[in-house]
Formats: sequence, C-alpha cells, structure tokens
Amino acid sequence: MANKPRVAIFDFTGCEGCELNQLNFEDQLLDILAHVDIVEWREAMDDRAEEYDIAFVEGSLSTPDCITRIHEVRRKAKVLVALGACAVQGGVNGMKNTHPIDEVRETVYGEDKYLFPTLPVLPLSAVVKVDYNVRGCPMTQIEFLKVFTSLVMGKTPVEPEHSVCVECKLNENECVYEKGMICLGPVTRAGCDAHCPGVGQYCTGCRGLVPEPNIKGMEEILVSHGLSVDEAWKRMELYNAVKLEGVK
Amino acid sequence: MGANLDINVKHLTRVEGHGNIVVNMTDGVLEKAQLDIVEAPRYFEAMLKGRSFHEAAIITSRICGICSLGHQMCSLQATEDALGLEISEQTVLLRKLLTHGATLQSNVLHAYFLAAPDLLSVGSVFPLVGTHPEVVIRALRMKRLANDIGDVVSGRAVHPITPVPGGFTRIPTEQELLTIKTRLEEEMVPDFLATVDTMEALAGAIPDFTRETEYISLRNDDEYALYDGDICSSDTGRVDPHEYRRMSNEHVVSHSTSKHCKVNRSSYMVGALARWNNNHDRLCDVSLQAAERLGLKPDCYNPYMNTIAQVVEAGHCALDSVAIIDKLLAGGLKDEQPNQEPTRYGTGVGATEVPRGILYHEYTYDRQARIVAANCIIPTGQNLANIDDDMKKLVPEVVDKSKEEITLQLEMLVRAYDPCISCSVHMLDVDFIE
Repeated sequence: MANKPRVAIFDFTGCEGCELNQLNFEDQLLDILAHVDIVEWREAMDDRAEEYDIAFVEGSLSTPDCITRIHEVRRKAKVLVALGACAVQGGVNGMKNTHPIDEVRETVYGEDKYLFPTLPVLPLSAVVKVDYNVRGCPMTQIEFLKVFTSLVMGKTPVEPEHSVCVECKLNENECVYEKGMICLGPVTRAGCDAHCPGVGQYCTGCRGLVPEPNIKGMEEILVSHGLSVDEAWKRMELYNAVKLEGVK
Repeated sequence: MGANLDINVKHLTRVEGHGNIVVNMTDGVLEKAQLDIVEAPRYFEAMLKGRSFHEAAIITSRICGICSLGHQMCSLQATEDALGLEISEQTVLLRKLLTHGATLQSNVLHAYFLAAPDLLSVGSVFPLVGTHPEVVIRALRMKRLANDIGDVVSGRAVHPITPVPGGFTRIPTEQELLTIKTRLEEEMVPDFLATVDTMEALAGAIPDFTRETEYISLRNDDEYALYDGDICSSDTGRVDPHEYRRMSNEHVVSHSTSKHCKVNRSSYMVGALARWNNNHDRLCDVSLQAAERLGLKPDCYNPYMNTIAQVVEAGHCALDSVAIIDKLLAGGLKDEQPNQEPTRYGTGVGATEVPRGILYHEYTYDRQARIVAANCIIPTGQNLANIDDDMKKLVPEVVDKSKEEITLQLEMLVRAYDPCISCSVHMLDVDFIE
C-alpha cells in the first residue's frame, strides 16, 4: 500500500482482553504506529473515522445494536479481521445459547429481565463477511503481528489447519492425558504453540475447532477418561458452543 | 433565568466498555445527570451453572481482559472456600505477587494512556508518542515489566493459565523470579520515581471537586490489603467477607445493564482512592512520599484524585513485589502440585481488590463439584451510583462554564474511576439532553 493503511479497532460483546493485548505490545507498539494510522479506537482515543482500510473487530454479536453496528463497520472497512475467540467463533459468550434464553435473563436480572434486549450469541461471520481471523482467548500477540504484517505488506495471511496436538508433539511435551488430566488438543486448531499444555494446563479449545473435527471421537476420549457425556460436552462447548449447536 | 444544558455523550472513549453520559438541565433545574451503561450483557452467572470447579476461574477470567487476574484470584478463593481446599503459603505469596503485577500494569495503563491525555489536552496517548516520547517509552517499559510478572508466574498476563483451584500447574523457577526482582529494582523503582515527577507536573490540571462519600475496600492487619482481608467501610468498620451481600446490596436500575449498589448511604466508592482512605497507614514510605508530593492527603474526597491514588499505589506494588520474591526465595521454591481434593461441598465467597476496587465472587457447588449458583459483584458496578451522585453535585457547580468544558469535566470524572464496563455488565458514553 502506497499510503499508510488506515486502521480502526472495534469492540462488541466481550472482555476487551484482545484489545488490551494490543496495548500490551510494549516492545512493538511504536513500530506498529510507524506503519499505520490508527483512525478510530474507542478504548484508547477520542477520534471517530468515516472509512478505514483495515478494521480489527473484537467480541461477538449479542444484541440488536451489535448487528446494526457490525453492518456499519463492514460498510466502511476494506478488510475486516475478527480478533479473538468471541469474534471468530462466539467464544465463552456462546455458552449462553446452551441455556433457555428466558432462564438466562432471569438468573442475572430477576424480575427486571425484560429491561435489556439480548439475542442468541453469534460470531461475526454469521452476519458479515470476515476476511481473516486472529484466534485465541485472548488472541495471541505473535499471531496478530503475523496477520498485521501480512496485511500491511499486501500479502494473504494463512491460518493453520492442524490440531494443537501437532504442536505439543513438536515441542516434545508430555501428553496431557498421560498426566491424568483431560485435554481438547485433538480437535482444537493450532497456532498457539501449545502454550497451555506447555505450562501444565490442559487445552480448553479457545482457538476453535479444526476443519472437520471428529466430535464423536473427542467425546469418546473424554468419556473414557472419566467424564460423563454431559461433562464432556460442557468442556467442548466452553469456547465452541455456537459451532457445536446442532452437532450434539 | 436559570441555565439550560443538554449533554449526550454516546460511547464515551478511553474507558473499558460502552457507556453514555446524559445530563439534562432546564431553567437551572437539574433533571438528569447520569451514566447510562449500554454494554451488552454477558450473563456469566447463568453460563456458570453446571460447570466443573476446574472451569470456574477459566470462565470468570473472561468477564474482563483488563481485570482477568483479579477475577481469577477471587474465583479461586470462592471455589477453595466452598470445597474446603487448603492452599500453601507459597501459593498465597505467588498470588500476592501476581496481584501486585496486575495492579501495577492496570494503574500505569490508566494513568498514562487513559487519564494523562486529558491533563495534556489531547485526545489519546498517540500524539504523545511524538511530543513526549520518553514518557511514552517509560510507560511502555513499566507495563512490560508488570506484564512480565504475569507471564512468568501465571503463564500469561491476560487470562492467566497456571493458577488453578488449590495452587498452580507450574511454579516459576528461582532464576525467573530473580530476573524479575532485579528488573523491579533497577528499572521499575527509577521509573516509578520519574512517574511521580511527571504526574506532579500534570497534577495542577486535576479538577478541584469534593464530595464525601462512603469508602469501601479490603483491610487487614498485616499489610496494604489487595489479595485478601476483611471488608472495611469508612462509615461502619470491618466485617467478614462472607457478609459481602450486606456490604453491596446489588439492585437493578433501568438506565444501566450493570446493577447498582449501596450500603450506608445512597452510594459508595471503591478503588484506589477508597483503598488510600482506608489503608494509607499500611503503604510503604516511598508511596507515602509520592502521595505527599502529589497532594494526596488521608481522607481525600476528590474522586478525580483516584488516578493519583493509583500512581501512589504502583510504588507500593513494585517494592512489595521485591519483598515477596525475597520471601519466596528464602523459603526455597517447592514444586507443589495443586490440592484439588474437595473436603466439603457448599457455598464459598472470594473477596479481593482488583485495580478498580473490591470484587466479590460467590459459588455454590453440588456433590459432583459442579456450580449450582454463582454471583459476581464487580467494582465498576459498585461505583456507578457514586458516579451519578458526583455528577449531580458537579453539574450545578460548573454550570457557568461552556458546554465543551462541562462535557470534558464529566468525561474526566467518569474516566477517573477507571471504569471497567465489560466487567460491570458482566461501560461508557456521555449524553447531554438540553
């Protein structure tokens, strides 16, 4: 791109942790700023813009207002990048869809439950065209930089399609199942360098499912390691409830 | 002839989450001055139902990226209390170290990136990269080190990985802690002192406004209470954390997807200023000297000074982190496994200070250690009624100024609370209606 790309950052339903991770680029933030013009970012600045080359969008869609706003962002953006699990596949917000909506509203707001409109949670791609994904909860900074650099250089970012297990093997980690724990690595898309298993935790599936995941097989593995079928599905639904709707 | 005023700031900037400021004055009568919280509700309490105790902290951490560590600490306390899981002294020390790192990171972020632009009359931190590069680089260096504490001790600063019920999945190495300690002493302490210089130069731009209110924070006998302690009200003193419902009284109001709270008055304040008012006697000397230079005195009733209280506290977090690392290393690090064998199943409460104030989680577990009921009370939610009450006193006091000046002063007021709206709705915009 001849001129500096105009970048805007937006947040929908989510925790803003992915955006925070952008402010956490302490070592690279000044370099990033040298290569783009940030024209709109409500969390960090006052300005608003009428159009932009790249829109980075965090969060999922869960209210009528979200749907209106995402259409506006899409209209003004040449490229739209979904940031993090909530935007890419619905993320933890999707667990809301596994309970009856009226019960959900009553649990939190009691008899005042009708004050605030809410919809079943959707990822961005359910409503608008998403050009690229930066996955994870929160999005990983290294991956963000890869996508960012590719876009600034006019290249096409490529997403990994193998599972987290492959990265665990490459890192020579002891298999999480060998430690008596469960793990969602077999059906979870790689790209995080198997960070959680690397620090003693199991893979919770935050990066979303691999293409054509063997969900039945995953359920069998979880059940054979002591979980009930219900628990197995709850674990798989933590970040992927929206994608698993209708699969059960 | 009384004044007419209509202010309507939609989606207030430089705050976490979505909120609107709405002010409406007709013929000198203030009809409305409030912060409308319009963040999309998340329904976490509903999502937690039926979840395993292993997942509670993983899920509640996602209430907020900025406060993820605090939510995790509070969640783990509540789960351990409910299931009777004892934790080691090493676990407590590592959690206190993490709490200092997260507080330091958040306070630095707020003071430099979100609040300072107001004091310098710019719209964001980005113009400061050109005009004050050394200040921006210092802020980034402080944030980096604070985040490195999280990366080293919890696997990742945003949405930590290794803290689990009963302990940690990975214990940091002695060398990792020594490196952090050296950097705290050689980088953070000088950077903190330079920060005090910078803030002293800017403090003149902080509005002079006071409204005494009730201040609620943790307090304990041994230290400046951040990780744990009793609930302490400036009006009525200390009570056990299990009394948290009585000390918050959360209720729904129609202009906010975040609930409001009150205890002894119509509103109360939580956060760094409340901690300062209740616990300044527990701060280290470096912080007390900084407070003196920045004009922060015990029993400060100016909410705009919350940012200064955050800066003062940052010094304490840095120095006490060094003391905690010394204590951890003196005992020798033990490669402990987390204690995850429940000894009872019932209800448990967690209470911890996150940067924006006191946070409560409560869970009830069934005999399979699955959540039956959950309740989270968030600092920003507790501050909302106090912000509304501040605005109702502030607007008549500044009504002779221009609409732009009044709007800015209202925005600065809300930002001073460092609100975390995603959290509170498990928000911020300004609307003036004339």
